[in-house]
Amino acid sequence: MLTQSIAGGLSAGSIYALMALALVITYKATEVPNFAQGEMAMVSAFVAYVCVTQLQAGFTVAFTVALVFAFLLGVGFEGLVLRRTRDPSHLDLIIVTLGFMLTLFGLAGWKWGADQRPFPFPVSTSAVVLVGDVAVSALSVATIVIALMLMLAVFAFFRFTKLGVAMRAVQQDTVAARINGVPARRVVGLTFGISSVMGAVAALLTAPLITLDPTLMWDPLLKGFAAAVLGGLNTPVGAVLGGYLLGVVENLFGAYVSVEFKSVVAFLVIVVVLWFRPSGLFGRHHERKV
Amino acid sequence: MTDVASDPYADVQLLRGRAAWIRVVLGLAVLALLPLVLPGYRLFTLNYMAIFVIVGLGMHLLVGDTGQVSLGHAGFLAIGAYATVLLMTELGAPFLLALPAAAVVSALFGFLLGLPALRLTGPYLAIASLGFGLAVTLIIGTSPAFGGHMGLVVPTATVGPLRLGGDVAKYYVIAGVTVGLGVAARNLSVTRVGRAFRAVRDSEIAAATLGVDVAYHKTLAFAVSAAFAGVAGGLLAVTTGFISPGVFTFTLSLMFLAMVVIGGLGSIRGAVLGSALVGYLNLEMDAFQELPALGPLLEVFSERVMSVAGLPNVGWVATGGLIMLAILVEPGGLNGLWLRVEKRIAGLRGRGGRRRSGGGA
Repeated sequence: MLTQSIAGGLSAGSIYALMALALVITYKATEVPNFAQGEMAMVSAFVAYVCVTQLQAGFTVAFTVALVFAFLLGVGFEGLVLRRTRDPSHLDLIIVTLGFMLTLFGLAGWKWGADQRPFPFPVSTSAVVLVGDVAVSALSVATIVIALMLMLAVFAFFRFTKLGVAMRAVQQDTVAARINGVPARRVVGLTFGISSVMGAVAALLTAPLITLDPTLMWDPLLKGFAAAVLGGLNTPVGAVLGGYLLGVVENLFGAYVSVEFKSVVAFLVIVVVLWFRPSGLFGRHHERKV
Repeated sequence: MTDVASDPYADVQLLRGRAAWIRVVLGLAVLALLPLVLPGYRLFTLNYMAIFVIVGLGMHLLVGDTGQVSLGHAGFLAIGAYATVLLMTELGAPFLLALPAAAVVSALFGFLLGLPALRLTGPYLAIASLGFGLAVTLIIGTSPAFGGHMGLVVPTATVGPLRLGGDVAKYYVIAGVTVGLGVAARNLSVTRVGRAFRAVRDSEIAAATLGVDVAYHKTLAFAVSAAFAGVAGGLLAVTTGFISPGVFTFTLSLMFLAMVVIGGLGSIRGAVLGSALVGYLNLEMDAFQELPALGPLLEVFSERVMSVAGLPNVGWVATGGLIMLAILVEPGGLNGLWLRVEKRIAGLRGRGGRRRSGGGA
């Protein structure tokens, strides 16, 4: 029972961690929490759905098309919308992402309606894999493995490639990066593209578990936010750990205390954590100086 | 935004000069006479918009003046609505007593949420308040005392001998409360407390060195804006006659934050304009297909490209698009737009006057 809950929690936590990491890399680059991230991922999942069910494309083609679409959507949103705001405040930019979120939600609902559609996926949702003596669904295993590989790839990218280092430079200090010859604008656009792709992967892994409809990513988005805040918005590793922690805590709470209140325990946890550590569990707290 | 007045008390006075008085009397007269010319369902729309305006006034004090973010104000709206209804049905309290009591209850919760807000800023506070809003609706939805997911039917409220049965009676009560709270918010904003709010927003450390109690004013801002939302919730219950957890969603909280930003942060006029606009959009979201020229066009487009069943979602697209457009095109918000138009009109009038005097010479 206990290990079973933890395994389930790790699977849900993988999704939260992906969303949290996607959020944190754009947050670090622009200091704007991107509320549209969930809907961008949802629309990308619909693109894959259309490719598979209506265009009879194979999974490889469909998912590739969806991820490319997600990348372009992220780059486009940054370049055509976010950057066009004139001397914006942080709040202005947050509201722009909210507006984009509502627009995408409306467009998806307009095109595909509110029907809950079963999402075709190469891995079965009903098949069970035995890991040691714990029975886990094949989909959960796939989710955990794919999310982990993707996140490792992203961390490696940030650590070892020139472009990744440039991205981190922009995240740390945009002006200083620019002085040192980093094309900051293009790098920020690229960051949004990568973030959007990570969100899309999370959506592609969530859709087969539940069904596909325009509200698909509402819960993962909010939990991703909660996870990022829990771990610390400025620490990518912290956000990922926050995601796993949140998934496990939530599942344990659902198993042993109350299923009904499972979905808000996340926010109870972050209020308590933030009370003691205002910058998250792993975030560094900067003392303000006058 | 506020220009420095030569007389330090000038901006504290509610009305300056005869022109301002005339404008206010005219405005009140229009408000009083509207029910005579508008059909009932339009009054319902106005009531709904007024409720958004009340929330907007509170958000103005919290976000515009004090610089704190909340993504959970639908929770306060829910607390106000349920407190009003339960006080009326369970304790038999008259509406005029239940409404302020609900505001107090809501303010109390606002104070509680203000406590963690003391240590949190920006996105951290946004998430904490978001969690609060979700928790409120979840608790209401799961406890039978609050009617669960089925919601509660609101009894007909009475104000003295007057039964608030029709939209006209409700209109006068809601309009009265809205104007009263508008004056209150404005007075709070320009006097000592409001100045302390803005001092805290601009620099907490500077405010503290000047003797402003930062913690007190930050929690006070939360409590006051929660009280405003609580009153709005009580009025919403009376207006719609039925409340359920499904009304007080996360998206509603988003709308509340969006409307003060669209209006132009830091000005009461902006808050009122933005709230009225978003309130209208929120209510009339499904009505886009009934617009004269655009409607049929949208229907054809739905059949060919999108889907007919999904047509009501056009409202979301329009709302989201307008929100983005408002910020992309007019960073000062509706208030900035207003000021520009005012300046343009004043300019035209000035030029016209000169021309006339020039002609006379």
